[in-house]
Amino acid sequence: MNDFASIPEHGLGWLQADGEHADIVLSTRVRLARNLQGHAFGPRARVNDREAVLREFRQSSARCETLREGSLLEIPDLPERTRRILHERRLVTQDLLGPEEEGPHNGTAVHFSHRDPVSVMINEEDHLRVQSLVSGLRLREAWNLVDRLDEELGRELPYAYHNDFGFLTSCPTNVGSGLRASVFMHLNGLVLTQEIGKALKALSELGLTFRGLYGEGSEVVGSFFQISNQTTLGRTEEDLVDDLERVTRKLISDEQKARSFLLRSARAETEDKICRAYGELRYARLLSAKELIGLLAPLRMGISLKLLPGLSVYSLNKMMVFTQPAHLEQAAGRELSSEESDAHRASYVRRVLATEGVVDESDDTPEQP
Amino acid sequence: MGTSEVFGGIPTPVSNESLPEAGLGDMVCQNCGATDAVVHLTQIVNDEMSTHHLCEKCAAEKGFDVGPSASDLPAMDVLAQMAADQPVGRATAESCSFCGLSYQEFKKTGRLGCPHCYETFIEALPSLLKRIHGSDRHVGKVYLPPDPTVSEMERRLDGLRRKLERAVQSEDFERAAEIRDQIRALEPA
Repeated sequence: MNDFASIPEHGLGWLQADGEHADIVLSTRVRLARNLQGHAFGPRARVNDREAVLREFRQSSARCETLREGSLLEIPDLPERTRRILHERRLVTQDLLGPEEEGPHNGTAVHFSHRDPVSVMINEEDHLRVQSLVSGLRLREAWNLVDRLDEELGRELPYAYHNDFGFLTSCPTNVGSGLRASVFMHLNGLVLTQEIGKALKALSELGLTFRGLYGEGSEVVGSFFQISNQTTLGRTEEDLVDDLERVTRKLISDEQKARSFLLRSARAETEDKICRAYGELRYARLLSAKELIGLLAPLRMGISLKLLPGLSVYSLNKMMVFTQPAHLEQAAGRELSSEESDAHRASYVRRVLATEGVVDESDDTPEQP
Repeated sequence: MGTSEVFGGIPTPVSNESLPEAGLGDMVCQNCGATDAVVHLTQIVNDEMSTHHLCEKCAAEKGFDVGPSASDLPAMDVLAQMAADQPVGRATAESCSFCGLSYQEFKKTGRLGCPHCYETFIEALPSLLKRIHGSDRHVGKVYLPPDPTVSEMERRLDGLRRKLERAVQSEDFERAAEIRDQIRALEPA
């Protein structure tokens, strides 16, 4: 069965690279943590808590304009590979899927709206995680979408809310607004010009934090960063969103400056780095996931510096998502060993670059000094 | 150039959103072989990026400035400090009457058990929240329960009016119209 057919754009709308500054900001996510009265939070919830939460959500979603047309996927009913694909498309968290050896809890589910790019995870760490994931820099829009859905759900469901502390959450780091807004950025120019340390250090002073590509606790790979608000209490949702937007715009402008500086001051080296990465990807026979991410970084910069005509940001986004293990297995129709995955990954990348990335090689005469 | 710049070192989670792990968890320290390489450094030397996985001790010994690491993050500070904290007052000696969570367990996991825990541990929470968020008071959206009191209604309306003003300021008129409808639905005729 094709579980993705029921999800709008197969859950890949954020890849489209149609949002503002999509060459630097891959995607924007805003989520709200919400809990219902009368039930223990996720980590302490028992089976009947989870089942009751799902039942209450199901009844109320049928009355929500945004969710009425939508699909609810119960995680335990999904094939294992489908679950991993949802995770690789960044639509569900590992927490929702449960520990690898145990699998998902009963009552875990995700509901996708067919109307807007919003979804709700049910029985994650918090009873509900209402979220919007969109392409490019679109913080206000993502917030408005999530806020609207939250209003609809709040009219139907008895939220756990405290006059002083706001929306109550399992982790005290989420309490209050329950809002986490994040942008997924590619800051290769700042990394190469060694300005990134300064930029990231400034974030924590502004109540923001950053993580690597693979989420919390992960290293920074390929100059990809997720930047988000650190605190959730004591500020309005609009202020939190606007602060992140302001800082993101500053980072974008710094990144653009760094890129044009590189092109001005070290044109040959910059072009060499980008074109070598292209060549490696174009002809490699084995590619590890990490290697690919590292090589896609210069390509991404090459596109925004207009050095790689014919190649689009969308193609690069696609290469990031479709080369993950579960996606490769889905395409192959079977399980793959890690070596086989490396071969399938390289072959997928070669195919995309051969058909979507025709680099104009006519102008290859080095500039005379 | 020969200079090196270390810019990434971001251990341990604050909440639980994550992208696929791709086998990056449970790493072995490249220096001493301990199983808890929590510091992942990406280093740039002569424009070449390289990565190192080290345990906290080895990273410190190697004199890496790990930049804004978890220990600099206020939330992590607070959750780590909780373990050392003495219970504050009588309330923290009790367990939650709804879910049974004790203050000790809360300190250990950093997670509250249920909405009622916020009442059970009310003595300890404001100072904890202040340390995490710099505030112990919610000023965002006001949720309206099914049978609201007059003051809850007022708070909700105030919040909506603030939001309306903002939408008008940013010329988001579709949004403003939506909020205006929400206000109308609450205001007495």
